[in-house]
Amino acid sequence: MNVVKMTSKPSVALSLEHVRVEFGGLVAISDMTFHVNEGELVSLIGPNGAGKTTAFNIITGYLKPTKGAVHYRGVPLAGLKPHQVASQGLVRTFQRTSVFPTSTVFDNVMTGLHQSGTSRLWDTLLALPRERSSEEKLRHRTHEILETVGISHRANDLAGTMAYGDQRLLGVALALAANPSMLLLDEPVSGMNATETSRFMELLAQLRKLGISILLVEHDMPLVMGVSDRIVVLNYGRIIADGPPSEIQGNPEVIRAYLGEGVKKRARNS
Amino acid sequence: MSELLQHIINMLVLGATYALLGIGLTLIFGIMRVVNFAHGELYTFGAYFVYLIAMVLGLNFFLAVLFAIVAGCLMGALIELVLLRKMHGADIDTTMLIMIGAMIIMQNGEQYIWGGIAKSVHSPFPQTPISLGPASISWLNLFVFVTALALIGAAYFLINKTKLGKAMRATFQDSDTASLMGVNIQRIYMATFALGSGLAAGAGALLGPVYVIAPQMGNIASLKAFAIVILGGLGSIGGATIGGFILAFAEEIGAGYISTDYRDAMGFLIIIVVLLFRPTGLFKRVERIG
Amino acid sequence: MRRILPLLALVVAASIPLWIKDPYILNTFVTTGIFIIAAMSLNLLLGYTGQLSLGHVAFFGIGAYASALTSLGFDVTLFGKFHVVHEPWPVWTGLVMGVVVSGIFGYIVGKLSFRVRDAYFVIVTISFAEVVRLVALNWVELTQGPLALTNIPPVAATIPGYGTFEFYSKTSYFYLVLAVLAVSYVIISRLVHSRTGRAMIALKQNESLAVSVGIDVTSYLVVAAVMSAGIAGAAGALYAHYLRIIDPDVFLFVYTVTMVIMVVTGGKGTLAGPLVGGLIFGFIPVISRSYVGPELQWIIYGAFMILIVFVLPEGIVPAVEKWFAKNKKQDVSASPAHVQRAS
Repeated sequence: MNVVKMTSKPSVALSLEHVRVEFGGLVAISDMTFHVNEGELVSLIGPNGAGKTTAFNIITGYLKPTKGAVHYRGVPLAGLKPHQVASQGLVRTFQRTSVFPTSTVFDNVMTGLHQSGTSRLWDTLLALPRERSSEEKLRHRTHEILETVGISHRANDLAGTMAYGDQRLLGVALALAANPSMLLLDEPVSGMNATETSRFMELLAQLRKLGISILLVEHDMPLVMGVSDRIVVLNYGRIIADGPPSEIQGNPEVIRAYLGEGVKKRARNS
Repeated sequence: MSELLQHIINMLVLGATYALLGIGLTLIFGIMRVVNFAHGELYTFGAYFVYLIAMVLGLNFFLAVLFAIVAGCLMGALIELVLLRKMHGADIDTTMLIMIGAMIIMQNGEQYIWGGIAKSVHSPFPQTPISLGPASISWLNLFVFVTALALIGAAYFLINKTKLGKAMRATFQDSDTASLMGVNIQRIYMATFALGSGLAAGAGALLGPVYVIAPQMGNIASLKAFAIVILGGLGSIGGATIGGFILAFAEEIGAGYISTDYRDAMGFLIIIVVLLFRPTGLFKRVERIG
Repeated sequence: MRRILPLLALVVAASIPLWIKDPYILNTFVTTGIFIIAAMSLNLLLGYTGQLSLGHVAFFGIGAYASALTSLGFDVTLFGKFHVVHEPWPVWTGLVMGVVVSGIFGYIVGKLSFRVRDAYFVIVTISFAEVVRLVALNWVELTQGPLALTNIPPVAATIPGYGTFEFYSKTSYFYLVLAVLAVSYVIISRLVHSRTGRAMIALKQNESLAVSVGIDVTSYLVVAAVMSAGIAGAAGALYAHYLRIIDPDVFLFVYTVTMVIMVVTGGKGTLAGPLVGGLIFGFIPVISRSYVGPELQWIIYGAFMILIVFVLPEGIVPAVEKWFAKNKKQDVSASPAHVQRAS
């Protein structure tokens, strides 16, 4: 894991400058500028369709912006393919289809550890000792990650047969396996009940202790207010507010943007 | 020069029938997302049907062509009902495999019934060709050209001017929304497969008398149909029409000036080259936003 | 139990020539074995990596021709100017060349497969195979075209002290094919259980997710294609030196179809699938030939494949595995561990 020393002056981990995204005639994001400091947890919120997932896609290389620049720790991410962005330490999770459904949970995480593997094709084909030791290390790491995330008891289940909440956790485990210095979490608690959500908040705290910077997209306001250092509010492809939770709560424009939605009530299943 | 003119005339005749093949497949492939390997078999079916009606039963040639098209539609509807309906939500490779199975059954069925020796259908037209300046066209080829154009026109009319066509276009764009708007997707799929198969059978019925009829002719026909669909862009009738002519052009020019042996290879080379540069086909269809 | 099964199967297979003497059946075992090797290689691409590659016979045929030409020698003039002569080399080099040349084409297809996806990729691979067939048919100077390459020398092994042993008889070839099959099985098994294999399987299941954890799509598609093509090339080479005559019909689409049927009905994405499917479809002609002619055999093939796709969409081997798993579960259904699992 990457452990970042906390200095008094925060250094910038992720920065977006004047990003603009157009699909044909539709403007998904008009002019987005914000940053995430090292070790910070920043939440990106906004009504549905505001452009949050699009922003994730831009940052992680799944989409090209029409204009603007994205940098991670000084490295420009323009033109990088998603797997190259991942090797920079920037790993995302997905809202839906967040697991490898027909593999076991254990194998899912082993797959996520791909970048950490050291064996090469020849080692595999000739069954050289390096292969075995590399696999051992990966298996050990997989157990660790499953423990951290709290789904060890599901290790041998097929990922696609798990409850939805557990699948989201597996998605986080996968991202963790990819050795991130920054995580982009796309609605990780959607579909989770109260117990699962509070368990997730504990997981978030643990991730932060490891020094991982986090950009979180969520609709669950209590969660967002509770964990974020800063909140960035998006509406119709524009940023309308950027500040600590206390500032955002009182912000009239934010309240206006959400007025039609009210406070999001999540279905609680017991 | 006269050679070129002759090539152009040949190209027009061939292109029109290729267009029929392509339109049929682009509808099936486009609307139903089925990699229809059996498409060429409907082509063969149309040819053998004409042989059956005109040669074996000795009935009128023109009636035979008409019946072949109708029979093609019915056969297509049958295939959709029996083989594809239950597999509605399946992966593209599953339906593809089913179509391969259908192809094997149909092709070997034809071989079993008719034997492997090529059959020919006698043309009801006078043998002397019509001369167009330095080039000429046979009565049969002229008939083929005109009929093919008529069928293309009919397909175009059906897709763009009728209610059924509208439903098909809606299903092509977004089948979920279409069904929410009241379109009976099952029926549309059957109609699409029937229409596509009818057009393929029509192409076979028209080209059967021009060439000879053998059980394996469907293989090349399928592949050429795919080439045309790729050239013209998925779901585009206009594209398939143009694609048909482009393929015929490439074959004629290739055979005439490069090498007759590699004539059939033209189609495949075009596919490979086009897809290398435009992985989604020559004519890009507008992607949905979202 | 699982680890013993392949070994057991190998021992049983190795004993076959001891109790089956009918040359026709031995011949069927040899050709079926060769096609099983090709089917296993297709399974790597189709079953594990999820690439709809239907041009597989091209790799098979290229392997056959490369091996045959390497051991026969050839004499061609390129572009009317360059005279290329190749003297016959020992047969084992031909087998190597079969693998290598096929592998190179596999590399090209692999690189292509990233640019062109799904159904379009299917069509490209079929077109590729057809073009190769037409080249084999028409480049008579190199391939003898439809007149076929004949008198292909049999595989020969020089054992120091004993002389040269030629794999000429059906029995000896049976063991040769079995050896290559076993080696291929081991290679593929090691591959799919490794980090590389996990990457390929991930690509098939969820490509965007795979990419997000750092898996480079193109390079793994290429690895899969190269290995797949190489093994198919080996099968083709074995075929050439067994039949000792090769003509462009080796590139016919019907062979790809055969391999696909074997993989799909046996169970794509499983190690045993191509073996089971191969044995079934290799021997249907043997069983049915006394009753029906070739066309009806093929109709049975086609109907059987459709049936399997409808009834056992994942293939025979996964269905059998599931059946065993269900029966095992029934024995322990009362245990508390099971109650906890339900969710």
